[in-house]
Amino acid sequence: MPILSPSDAARVRKMLADLPNPVRLVFFTQTLNCETCEPTKQILGELAELSGQVTVEEHNFLLEKDLAEGYGIDRVPSIAVVGEKDHGIRFLGIPSGYEFMSLLDAIQIVSAGDSGLQDSSRAMLAGLESPLVLQVFVTPT
Amino acid sequence: MAVESGNVTAFIVEASEYPDLVRKYQVSGVPKTMVNEKVEILGARPEEDFVRTAVGASSTS
Repeated sequence: MPILSPSDAARVRKMLADLPNPVRLVFFTQTLNCETCEPTKQILGELAELSGQVTVEEHNFLLEKDLAEGYGIDRVPSIAVVGEKDHGIRFLGIPSGYEFMSLLDAIQIVSAGDSGLQDSSRAMLAGLESPLVLQVFVTPT
Repeated sequence: MAVESGNVTAFIVEASEYPDLVRKYQVSGVPKTMVNEKVEILGARPEEDFVRTAVGASSTS
């Protein structure tokens, strides 16, 4: 039973139709003690079916700790959204509801390599000289 | 923001799945953004305001 309804799938397909560059969803999961890992895998699988530019790269969090650490990931399920470059965009937890829309946005931004921010914001960020870690807490509804 | 600067990493955290992080950062409403684990930005803010606050926080931490 798919998670995305046929109408949602059609909308997602349309949103992702013009992706200029490939995007990898580097997905860390584990089989035990992770209620949302399996449904996350399913959502990502359905998503990748809807665009030739989106691929899912699945990794076992417990067996590939070093790789996870390299992506700054310390829990599951989690997804690194990686384009030609890794810009450091991560999703922790199942991307359902509102977070699914955010994931689609992230895929579009990473694919285009363009933040869509105002020039003034770009200028402030261009001057950033030290690491900035943002943790944005959201809920699915 | 992460696309604009190699110094920025952005984690979008599904709050209901991680009660430990919710407790640690005292998240009582969403969206809430923690900057370098220290400065908090509550709610959805205008872009310029958000970017200025976040960038400003990085230089003081």
